[in-house]
Amino acid sequence: MKTNRRQFIKIGALGTGGIALAATTHNWSFAADLVKKYVAGDTAGQRTATYCEVCFWQCAGWVYKDEDGEIQKIIGNEDDPHCNGRFCPRGTGGIGQYHDEDRLKTPLLRTKENGKDVFKAVDWDEALDFIAAKMKGIAEKHGPECIALFTHGSGGAHFGHLLKAFGSQSITAPSFAQCRGPREVGFLTTFGDIIYSPERTDIRDSKCLVLIGSHIGENMHNGQIQEMSDAIDKGATIITVDPRFSTAASKSKFWLPIKPSTDMALLLAWMNVLIENGWYDKDYVERYTYGFEELKAHVQPFTPEWAYGITTIDPNVIRKTAKEMFDASPAVIIHPGRHVTWYGDDTQRLRAVAILNALLGSWGRRGGFYNPEKANVPDFPVPEFPTPKRTPTEAYEGKYNLANEVVSNGICDATIPTPDKNCSFKMWMVNGTNLMAALPNQKQTIDAINALELLVVVDTMPVEITGYADVVLPECTYLERYDMLRKSPHREPNIAVRVPAAQPKYNSKPADWIAKKLAEKLGLDAFFPWKDMEELLDWQLKEIGSSLDEMKRIGVKKFPRTYDDLYFAPGEDVSFNTTTGKIELYSTDMEAEGFDPLPVYTPHEEPAEGFYRLIYGRAPMHTFSRTANNPNLTDLMDENTLWVNPKVAKLWGLEAGQEVKLKNQDGIISTFAIKVRITERIRWDSVYMVHGFGHNNKKLSRAHGRGINDTELITNVKVDPVMGGTGMRSNFVTFITDIYSTENEKKS
Amino acid sequence: MRYAMAVDTKKCVGCSDCVVACQTENKVPIGYCRDWVVEVMDGTYPQLEIEIRSERCNHCENSPCVRCCPTGASHYADGGVVLVTPDECIGCGACIASCPYDARYPHPDGYVDKCTFCLDNRVKKGLDPACVSVCPTKCMYFGDLDDPNSPVSKVLKKRKFKTLIPEAGTQPQLYFLI
Repeated sequence: MKTNRRQFIKIGALGTGGIALAATTHNWSFAADLVKKYVAGDTAGQRTATYCEVCFWQCAGWVYKDEDGEIQKIIGNEDDPHCNGRFCPRGTGGIGQYHDEDRLKTPLLRTKENGKDVFKAVDWDEALDFIAAKMKGIAEKHGPECIALFTHGSGGAHFGHLLKAFGSQSITAPSFAQCRGPREVGFLTTFGDIIYSPERTDIRDSKCLVLIGSHIGENMHNGQIQEMSDAIDKGATIITVDPRFSTAASKSKFWLPIKPSTDMALLLAWMNVLIENGWYDKDYVERYTYGFEELKAHVQPFTPEWAYGITTIDPNVIRKTAKEMFDASPAVIIHPGRHVTWYGDDTQRLRAVAILNALLGSWGRRGGFYNPEKANVPDFPVPEFPTPKRTPTEAYEGKYNLANEVVSNGICDATIPTPDKNCSFKMWMVNGTNLMAALPNQKQTIDAINALELLVVVDTMPVEITGYADVVLPECTYLERYDMLRKSPHREPNIAVRVPAAQPKYNSKPADWIAKKLAEKLGLDAFFPWKDMEELLDWQLKEIGSSLDEMKRIGVKKFPRTYDDLYFAPGEDVSFNTTTGKIELYSTDMEAEGFDPLPVYTPHEEPAEGFYRLIYGRAPMHTFSRTANNPNLTDLMDENTLWVNPKVAKLWGLEAGQEVKLKNQDGIISTFAIKVRITERIRWDSVYMVHGFGHNNKKLSRAHGRGINDTELITNVKVDPVMGGTGMRSNFVTFITDIYSTENEKKS
Repeated sequence: MRYAMAVDTKKCVGCSDCVVACQTENKVPIGYCRDWVVEVMDGTYPQLEIEIRSERCNHCENSPCVRCCPTGASHYADGGVVLVTPDECIGCGACIASCPYDARYPHPDGYVDKCTFCLDNRVKKGLDPACVSVCPTKCMYFGDLDDPNSPVSKVLKKRKFKTLIPEAGTQPQLYFLI
């Protein structure tokens, strides 16, 4: 394999053959027909049901058009429990995704021109014929299971179905091992169930909400922010643990400005205080939990005074906050957070969070964690999928046995050939996730890509991963297509429908069309027996007593709960899905896998002199890098800034607004510069930036070169041995104030 | 009738949803806005406070912009809402200079534009202004101060509040709950 085969191609670098083709519209009558009847005659005031794809909360809403028939606005659906009629700024600005003139417009095929890699614009048939031929070749030579799908979003259902039909189950999303995986495994090993998305946190009725590095309000997951606001109205106590004075911290009764990486010490000290003072739900603990005596003995040495020296949090504050939690119990939530892949012992930290909730009896109680229920929607009947010769977890055999989803970095790592592996992965299909920003350690990702025989990227935007692709397929946006029903679990089982509000722009296509068309070329027609999405959805909906026509009118439909109640009844006999059938304070699963059955504190790496811990987070108007070029949302925020404490700024002579580059502990220098924001809101041992900026593809005209991509500086990755999560908070940066120095020129 | 708005600084998270919702509802061109978010931080680490405010035209009872408008384009409409009639505006900018809240901007089509409280396109149809209706934290209250049962009257009775630059004597009708 030639390692330089895959030069990064900026989407703009079209071969000369592409110019004429790019302007034509090939063979897209299928999609046009699909939406015609709903688009035709649509005038101002009429609305089309959708659910949002700007983040994965997936709020349901209505798309409205203006008098010219152009999409004007999107408003939340009042019956939707995800949003209660109110979209967040990203959902409201979702129209920018549709209007963005930088969108991918036509299929692109990597080709050589004068010895240089370029993209050639091709029609859909040529692109899909090329992919089908390659897939057949790979399946013949290596087996179909050597094809992996990385996906984030609604396209995953369609491409996942295709992959399963072809004979591979290697389907993975960075939302597990780069994000919420540790909390799911931490709670699964404790309560026998996961948190889900939307989170099962009963914030609206909570009397005490504890946020640990979770910045609700900047993290704009809609239902949670709405309920937090309701809880504030009702006088709930908010306790925020964060080295940064987050927006949530500014709404809190207690802000604990913790030294980064020491959260576990605080959690253990809280357990110590609760148990030593008898501030826990004795009946709940006795009735439902396993291993209390072991826990009690385990946390006995972890006093607030012990934690003080580690966390810098005043012991009295630790006691006082523990009392607040107990006083509110069981209507208390120690929030499990969402992006929790920080230090490599994250599952254990989330186990500690789970244990605290168990001590306070909040699981299954009002104002704590409710029992969610999902609408039961049958799948359209298809033939049985072939059984792959190997499962995806064989890619990381013997590791991450407690992971309840496929580990994306496990697939990525296994793609790089080693002497002991005769077949790893030969093709990736990547849909809706910019792996160059999602996976840490970019070099590893590029090495893996270089070992592939085929990389197909399906996206709406020319994000960086498209530059490494052999074939780029332009997917239309969520406003131009049907998708599978949304059926996330909630208090009431419910479904939401997505109906196209407009025809796909340019030569883009809906994911379902792409998957079905490719299936036909692979001879897998039998697995896609429906004529189109309308037939598929209507069949599913009729099975559950609705119809596509009804859903187009109402957008969201709720169903009565069919099994257990929202909360445990007092004294109810509950069996948990764990080995002991109890809430495992002492985890038998962890023990069986050779991990600590009770969480322990491990000190983590500290910054060297002149270096600062790189902390990253979210802004309310952006979703990772996927919104960084959205015209409506860049209007609100078009670059990230580097938060620097005034003491640090003084030491380095930094001025507000000054541009600096950053160099990390491994000598990696940021491609672009970032503006300094001098603020008291960040500790002096850390710097902070919003994730998702610093794009290097010039075709992203609004995002290119704006701010820094934190992912390129995350090269020290601490993998969680329990479930494979990539801990990303042990990276340290220093400032390069002379941003035009020769050293930097070489790099850029 | 006296339309007014109250913004709860204790609940606002500064997400700017009000800004996008106004832009899409009122077709405000990208790059311009009728409302915006201000964050004011006070203190030193770790003794800090932030006040977050969603701001817009204050629809003052004693509006310098109306007083100084040479053509009468800036005027008081129903409920004391201050509006600009684009056809009558010559874009001279006197109102922009006179406004202590910097609430007005020159629209690229040649007139001066600002928040209307969505009077004609929403409020007269019985809807809340776009910003109020979209806010995920429900931190905004709108209504008629002459009606004691309107959401804004009720919340102002219950909570402590302030107005911006009261010393300018403009009698602003945008209240901030503190």
